[in-house]
Amino acid sequence: MILLSLLLLPLLAGALCLLAGQWARWLALLCMTACLLLGLQLLDGAQQASAASPWIAEFAVDWIRRLGIRFHLAVDGLSLLLILLTALSGLVAVAASWKEIENRAGLFYANLLWTLAGVMGIFLAQDLFLFFVCWEAMLVPMFLLINLWGHEGRLRASIKFFIFTQAGGLLLLTALLVLASLYASQTGQWSFAYKDLLQTEISDRLAWWLLLGFVLGFAVKLPTFPLHPWLPDAHSQASTGGSVILAAILLKTGAYGLIRFAVPLFPQAVEAMAPLAMSLGVASILYGAVLAFGQTDIKRLIACSSISHMGFVMLAVFAWNEWALQGAVMTLLAHGLSSAALFMLAGAIYARLHTRDMAVMGGLWRRMPAMAALAMFWTAATLGLPGLSNFVGEFLVLLGSFQVSVAFTTVAALGMVGAATYALLMMQRVFFGALPGEGPVAQAQLFDLDRREWLVFAGLAVLTVWLGIYPMAALQIAEPALQSILLLASQGGQP
Amino acid sequence: MTPAISPSDLPLILPLIILTVSTLVVMFQTAVRRHHATAALLTVLGLLAALASVFAVMASPQYQGPHLITPLLQLDGWVLYGWLLLLLVALGVSGLCWLYWRDSARPMEELYILLLCASLGACVLIASRHFAALFLGLELMSIALIAMLGYPLASEGDQKRPLEAALKYLVLSAVSSAVMLFGLALLYAETGSMDFAAVAGHLTLAEPQGLYLLMGTVLLVIGLGFKLSLVPFHLWTPDVYEGAPLPVVALLATLSKGAVLALLLRYASLAQLHLYPAIITGIGLLAVASMLIGNLLALMQDNPKRLLAYSSIAHMGYVLIAVLLSSSWAIEAAGLYLAAYLLMTLGAFAALSVLSAPQQEPQKLEDLRGLLWRQPVAGLTLIVMLLSLAGIPLTIGFVGKFYLVAAAVQGGFWLLISALIIGSVIGLFYYLRFVVVLIQAEAAPQAVKHCNLVGNTLLFGCVALVLLLGVSPGSLLAILRNIAASGF
Repeated sequence: MILLSLLLLPLLAGALCLLAGQWARWLALLCMTACLLLGLQLLDGAQQASAASPWIAEFAVDWIRRLGIRFHLAVDGLSLLLILLTALSGLVAVAASWKEIENRAGLFYANLLWTLAGVMGIFLAQDLFLFFVCWEAMLVPMFLLINLWGHEGRLRASIKFFIFTQAGGLLLLTALLVLASLYASQTGQWSFAYKDLLQTEISDRLAWWLLLGFVLGFAVKLPTFPLHPWLPDAHSQASTGGSVILAAILLKTGAYGLIRFAVPLFPQAVEAMAPLAMSLGVASILYGAVLAFGQTDIKRLIACSSISHMGFVMLAVFAWNEWALQGAVMTLLAHGLSSAALFMLAGAIYARLHTRDMAVMGGLWRRMPAMAALAMFWTAATLGLPGLSNFVGEFLVLLGSFQVSVAFTTVAALGMVGAATYALLMMQRVFFGALPGEGPVAQAQLFDLDRREWLVFAGLAVLTVWLGIYPMAALQIAEPALQSILLLASQGGQP
Repeated sequence: MTPAISPSDLPLILPLIILTVSTLVVMFQTAVRRHHATAALLTVLGLLAALASVFAVMASPQYQGPHLITPLLQLDGWVLYGWLLLLLVALGVSGLCWLYWRDSARPMEELYILLLCASLGACVLIASRHFAALFLGLELMSIALIAMLGYPLASEGDQKRPLEAALKYLVLSAVSSAVMLFGLALLYAETGSMDFAAVAGHLTLAEPQGLYLLMGTVLLVIGLGFKLSLVPFHLWTPDVYEGAPLPVVALLATLSKGAVLALLLRYASLAQLHLYPAIITGIGLLAVASMLIGNLLALMQDNPKRLLAYSSIAHMGYVLIAVLLSSSWAIEAAGLYLAAYLLMTLGAFAALSVLSAPQQEPQKLEDLRGLLWRQPVAGLTLIVMLLSLAGIPLTIGFVGKFYLVAAAVQGGFWLLISALIIGSVIGLFYYLRFVVVLIQAEAAPQAVKHCNLVGNTLLFGCVALVLLLGVSPGSLLAILRNIAASGF
């Protein structure tokens, strides 16, 4: 029941938000807090999980019997961590939009909650049809979020986002249907259940093509070079709350799909595709860093840095060993926290200066020392300073991929230098240097962080430090799930 | 010598009888005293009665599976399903007609007579299993539609566009009917019988298929392809849709295409076309061409009606895939997509129609800018229908496409599936462009007609069905499975 409520609560709260008008933000806040509490409740069950039985809770009803489609939800350690991240990001997004969204606030929070409901569905779904429906269902509310409440380039950004994601989704759908139809022809019964489809016997050649379909679908979301062009536009043109949701959560759905579905379903093809995929991952790391370095728009810089970080995840997934996967999970969590904070920071700057152009900024630490200090903290987190969670993630990823390929790991490690470059550049351009005598900085009223912003930043900072010093808190929860997935893949799906 | 209809068959064709009677009643009422609202009301009542009688037939003890009524018609699950869908659509369109022309000063009663005739023709067409019945139903429907297309000729304002639309449709419809007749004649020459199943008999013979059979089938497909506006017989579609009044376009897009599609499926099934590789390849090429060209040409459209016209070409391409399948999947997938297509198209045209009046239709997408904020019900309906046409999950359009792809994967039609995917991706561009215009914050200055209660109810109904069937299509799928199991 908890699982069903995790899905239904945002859906219903979203519908209520339509009628709530100015009270919508309180409703959204309540809903997300409730989801977080529900997720925390599931943590107790996580202690009993083991590699043999990693599932903490399950819920299943028949849906479309003709095709063997069931409404099947289940949560294990991996899903649980991501659900907690979702709820947390939802809270941050609501907090970020608190004062920013005044026009049609009810509809905004409704779309926000519906997107999050879709994301919850993705992390909980055990039936691939349900997974796909949730995958697509989060597209339309997100599209509306960018299109209606975004900045000046929102039209193009929202359309790009939609088309890229939908095209990837259609490839995913075809691969999925071929797999399901293969299963049906082998067993005489239709089923879209994850557990059933794992046992389909696929020829190597076909497995490669199906894996390609799945990987392309998920790589668009991740995003991996060269499927990344939608990301800088979408992240920079969305409002702060939209950017937080996009960066902190939507990117993670691609990674989740790769870990949970793409690799375990076609393990034999993963080895064949690994060189290509890992090189694309490394390319993302480096290209993302190069892109970020060249940006003048602060939000675009943070967006391009996301491409770079997610490149590590792509590398880790195709390295496919325990260290790499743990690193991937850690990177997902850490990046979720840090990118949420960075986008909120950018939003705070935009709220005061009404510009995102770093060329006109400078010397802001003199007026807003608290914000500058926290920005320095998050910069350190992004570039992977040891002691903070991002470092743990990247370290484990590199350790894991080193087992598989020294060359890729070496090149990927250069990405960490790149991260330092753009992160410190952003810090220097915005906060340090001389205070401009004219332009937006001189004309704006630069008040330091208010209570709401303090709360969010402090909370995220505490989590980042805690996960950086004691990563086992998260890795312990994910361990049974990851071990079970590794087992599934190595056995070719036979339990 | 030919057996006439026996008295026990009469209850089974009750819907057809009721439609005929309603036509006569409305004719009578018009002759006695002209009154627009009364004619509309009588039409609606007649269609409701016909709808109720379909349920009565299903429940009646005389109906126990496929039943021949004279050699011309056969009643079975597919026919009843088709009647249900088409009568619902006709009901919706009659409501739209009343809404559209309710302030018109001109006499509009004949429109309803023609509407009932078209419905009757469509119902006969679906039930046919004989070339004579096919032609009868097709022509009755087409001729009624031709007159409806040009109907507002004597009305106020610009008369050229509807006239152009009607004449185009008349000429091309006549030519296609002539071509089809020739094809039917060739088939008769080859098989010696006008029954659909006779063709199947000839296809299963050991000798290679004769030229007459090939040419006959090709010409028949051409004739039907015109009505379905498949590429390359589609050139009339955008012009006719643009020129004709919206409710009639709605009828054309739903009733006419739906009936011909249902018939094509029956014909393909009874004549066992899947045994004839050359024809399968030909229909496959038609499908691919329609999917790709329909979507590509829609990209450049600015007129909402033309855009929907091209999108309907593409959708007919999609559903043609089902005709190629030989198994029970064909009936299920085609039946599902038929229902989905009819609902989506009716909803989209209904949303446009309730906002319009004669000579006051939206000519450009810009005229609908910000519709969601000005007229939430119509705007929301249009958005939901467009998303459904694009195949976004949680709508019936997605379920239809999903089923279609699942069925095609079973049959191994990889080229068709690729075309469907490419077409869908192209379709996203223009559907999205349309949706974006509708949600723009700055509304267009041109005022649109305000929606009244009847219109709102109709739109709500369409949206509710599209979303409900999209989320839980189980009941519909169960019905279709029964139909497929009981067979033709």
